[in-house]
Amino acid sequence: MDKNVAVYLCRGCDIGGALDMDALKDVAADEYDIELCREHDCLCGDEGRSLIAQDVTDGVNSVVVAACSQRFMQDAFTFDSVLTTRVNLREQVVWTHEPNDEDTDMMAQDYLRMGIVRAQKANLPDPLQEEVDRTVMVVGGGVTGLTAAQDAAAAGHQVILIEKGDELGGWMKRWAKGIPHKAPYTDPQPVDVGDQIAAVRANEKITVHTGTSIEKISGGPGQFDVTLRGNGAEPIRVGAIVQATGWKPYDPGKLGHLGYGTSPDVITNVQMEEILASGAIVRPSDGQTPKRIAFIQCAGSRDQDHLPYCSGVCCRATIKQAMMVREMAPDSEAYVLYKDIRSPGQYEAFYQRAQEDTGIFFTKADVTGVQNGGKILKVEAEDTLLGGNIQLEADLVVLATGMVPRSADGELIRQYVDAKAVVAKGEGGAQLENAKVTVEELGYLEDAEILNLGYRQGPDLPVFKHGFPDSHFICFPYESRRTGIYPTGCLRAPQDAQSAQEDGSGGALKAIQALEVTARGEAVHPRWGDMSYPEFALQRCTQCKRCTEECPFGTINEDEKGTPQPNLTRCRRCGICMGACPERIISFKDYSPEIVGSMIKAVNIPDEFDEKPRLLGLICENDAYPALDASGLKRLKHSEWIRFVPVRCLGSVNTVWIADALSSGFDGIILIGCKSGDDYQCHFIKGSELMETRSGNVQEKLKQLALEEERVQIVQVPINEFERLPEIVNAFAEEIDDIGLNPFKGF
Amino acid sequence: MSGNGKRGRILVIGGGISGLTAAIEAAEAGADVILVEKEAFLGGRVARMNLYFPKMCPPTCGLEINLRRVKTNPRIRTLTLSTVQSISGDPGSYQATIQKAPRFVNSRCTICGDCVEVCPAERPDAFNQGLSETKAVYIPFESAYPARFVIDEDACQGADACGKCLEACGYGAIDLTMAPETEEVEVDSVIWATGWAPPDAGQFEGLGSGQYANVVNNVTMERLSAPNGPTGGKILRPSDGKGPESVAFVQCAGSRDENYFKHCSGVCCAASLKQARYIREQYPEADIFIFYIDIRAPGRLEDFFSATTEDEKLSLVKGKVANIIEDSSTGNLTVEAEDTLTGRRVAQTVDLVVLATGMIPNGIGDTQVEGGIALDEYGFIAMEQPKGYLAAGVAKRPVDVAACNRDATGVALKALHLSAE
Repeated sequence: MDKNVAVYLCRGCDIGGALDMDALKDVAADEYDIELCREHDCLCGDEGRSLIAQDVTDGVNSVVVAACSQRFMQDAFTFDSVLTTRVNLREQVVWTHEPNDEDTDMMAQDYLRMGIVRAQKANLPDPLQEEVDRTVMVVGGGVTGLTAAQDAAAAGHQVILIEKGDELGGWMKRWAKGIPHKAPYTDPQPVDVGDQIAAVRANEKITVHTGTSIEKISGGPGQFDVTLRGNGAEPIRVGAIVQATGWKPYDPGKLGHLGYGTSPDVITNVQMEEILASGAIVRPSDGQTPKRIAFIQCAGSRDQDHLPYCSGVCCRATIKQAMMVREMAPDSEAYVLYKDIRSPGQYEAFYQRAQEDTGIFFTKADVTGVQNGGKILKVEAEDTLLGGNIQLEADLVVLATGMVPRSADGELIRQYVDAKAVVAKGEGGAQLENAKVTVEELGYLEDAEILNLGYRQGPDLPVFKHGFPDSHFICFPYESRRTGIYPTGCLRAPQDAQSAQEDGSGGALKAIQALEVTARGEAVHPRWGDMSYPEFALQRCTQCKRCTEECPFGTINEDEKGTPQPNLTRCRRCGICMGACPERIISFKDYSPEIVGSMIKAVNIPDEFDEKPRLLGLICENDAYPALDASGLKRLKHSEWIRFVPVRCLGSVNTVWIADALSSGFDGIILIGCKSGDDYQCHFIKGSELMETRSGNVQEKLKQLALEEERVQIVQVPINEFERLPEIVNAFAEEIDDIGLNPFKGF
Repeated sequence: MSGNGKRGRILVIGGGISGLTAAIEAAEAGADVILVEKEAFLGGRVARMNLYFPKMCPPTCGLEINLRRVKTNPRIRTLTLSTVQSISGDPGSYQATIQKAPRFVNSRCTICGDCVEVCPAERPDAFNQGLSETKAVYIPFESAYPARFVIDEDACQGADACGKCLEACGYGAIDLTMAPETEEVEVDSVIWATGWAPPDAGQFEGLGSGQYANVVNNVTMERLSAPNGPTGGKILRPSDGKGPESVAFVQCAGSRDENYFKHCSGVCCAASLKQARYIREQYPEADIFIFYIDIRAPGRLEDFFSATTEDEKLSLVKGKVANIIEDSSTGNLTVEAEDTLTGRRVAQTVDLVVLATGMIPNGIGDTQVEGGIALDEYGFIAMEQPKGYLAAGVAKRPVDVAACNRDATGVALKALHLSAE
């Protein structure tokens, strides 16, 4: 359909009084031949909206609303089948600049130019129309997976539950009693996993495959095709995946310093569970009932040489075990040697109850060693509450070892597989030598795959830290870097059985939601509701593989030649592939190198004798843009030389925009994004980090052009530092002013 | 039901982080949600925090995404300044009566601020713990949603005595005749995400809260550190506006304590570590002391704990604080405790004391629930409830923000079950 662009200028909220509105109208009419350009005192009001609505009825299909920020009044300016482009004359212009001033007017006119160009070039996205299967697959049959399966089924979904072992129930099935998870939180509670297993087995919506692992998963959300190993059958189609593969105990073989291996009577807390479940407390060496049991907490946990984290449950597990010992063998005593007792929330009552028992002793202690003294074990500890160093004699020592997630680092496995391929090829050179080293180092990853995803970036969820495959978002805890696959339970974070079950429910909700949203053709987190998706003009592709490599979500596979093969239901619509592509062949209907490039070029660059520098600000839509709005609300002034363009993510910035801006005469470019590094705040994980890497190339270009490197800068500004943002922009303007105008201006 | 049809109707009580998450996650999975919040804005306690541990990132970043999800999802109906008076009925068909207090500002508001300029009346800013003032017509904070002004009825002088805002507003957005309204709704299930409040620390004997100016609680400390707080983010002690050279954090203030609150809130340790970082960021030379019983930083918070405590000028003292005494001439405070590791009594004088007070559950507030809702002995909503009643986040158990989100997402799924039966 032909574009019919109309422009609407709002005079409300100080805009009309501060700007030369006629000049704005002239920009629309004279520069862009816009026939319909209206002004109104309050566009967001009923009258203003019906004005636009009437024009839409009469055939306008692309409206430019020059009024407030795009973050406000979205409802007012949304019309069916109409592309709306917002031009922010309020927060970014009149609230932050001198009224009735030449420079302020020039700024408003430039923003209008950019808006009109977008309205002309961009198109309303058509939603992806993909078949979506609504079956949920749960991988792992412990309490987390069982709960995920039950809860997804109860919400009406078919469920496939895969368990590698021969039985359902996981660790909890082997425990006699658990930590209390309801009032009064004082006594160990029976484990009811047997009931849960029976309910899952009886549920018609749930198909259980025990003794089964996954040979291969291809496709993406809504259409994963899962081949089960040894099943011999056709692949099973599922829509989304909950990974609940749980945990394994930390390898006690590495705890020789705590006596493990020196005596059969130094055991782990998992072995202790088995002893307790056997019904008789006897020590492994001689079958005698131990009179004094020492529990050593944080055995290989909170320890930089072992697990650096705390598993969060071992304190309560030990309290439970001590209580069970006291109940089953009342003459035995328990000594708990801890760093900190961690029994948060109502679980404090559990700790309190244990402290009331005179046969359970707690002391803070740094355990320095456990010696085998024949029939007796000697635990040596420093800095105890009992006064200085102690040596405690015990008949049985229980090491409270932590939880290690049963994850597989998909990205590392990919490196390993790629290196193996290089070695197999056997062509000489440094590449072969490096590959041999990699194969050696990563050999432990042989057969480590769990999901066996057919993703170019690797067969499993990438891990973030300490082996946990989550994204470490506080606000969005279930997010992973593979769309439609949600890690839950102790795989996601160490936790107790109750939390793990709640996690199973949460992961199942996310899986169901991914199906619903994908079926509507919309993006999932964090660009909820976005209907646009990337389109690849593959005839111009040079097989450079940057898009495949840089996508944080593993969206793109490759054929043998290295041509990208996008799987669009995996896509989060961040535009990082678009930013990565040197040939500029990736675009969205409403966001592309061409659209943004044209907007940048639409800015009127005064010639060098005017001494009016022009700066370009490419800013993250989720953080920097709202921060700028907040600074507008506070009426904090910023430099009149800058022109801001919101971007989906800094990672979506194609360096061609920077080159275009410099060649069209911009004097400086500032990219404002989110924090990168371990505590990254980028909602697309790697966006700002990738831009930093790309900006290295930009700096090279600047050198070649004999331009100062300060002309292009990247800064990280969190959303709450809205008072600092204008200061940063102003400092940048001063710096560019000192350097002087871009010598290419006017060329 | 395979997902194309109706996913049920859910009433979510509380628009803090747990309620927001439950509402959004359920609505995006296809449910119709009514989200009721008693304040004028969504975001609850987290909106008032400076940064989250352990990433030291601002809550408004995630709120920006979540509020966009609320704004653009027609399945979510948000009612602010509203409370639930009563709930009756059975799972799958509960009737709830919602009381809506007047905002006195309608949806025509453009947040231009012309009303504020003319408003002559002021009120203590509850958002800033009363440490600053706003006009009677105010916006709770910069990125508040709904993005609309609100008038404090108690502070406003009214249309007859003043009425200046009515004249100043060019959009007819102010309506001082608005009256409270009630609305009846029917829903399948109810999620209580009523959250928590800090205790009145004045009741904690010997700790000096309310008595000494330079004893503040951890909630106030968040406001004193926030760029949009009463001091513009500069941590200054209340008595004289001086930058503190030494700060003591008193953990378990009124918590894990037979005399006050027996439960552990589970978050105050990490919160104090985070606030110690605020101090360090602004005052590189300040001495920081953390008096604790156990440091509770479970899971990967260990990384945060170890990185924070690498600080050479940060001391951990294992011992519960018994007493705090003020030197009235300087405003300085002496914190007395027994160091349980050495057995020695410690008396440490500092410029500022932060009481790490816990989270006291709001329970079900004044809502009349037919058949009642069981609470545990601490006031948290008990784990076992009738099928249509669910609790999420701190209403159920004291946990941090990440755990609230985790839990609220799972609870959202349980709320979908009734309509699938």
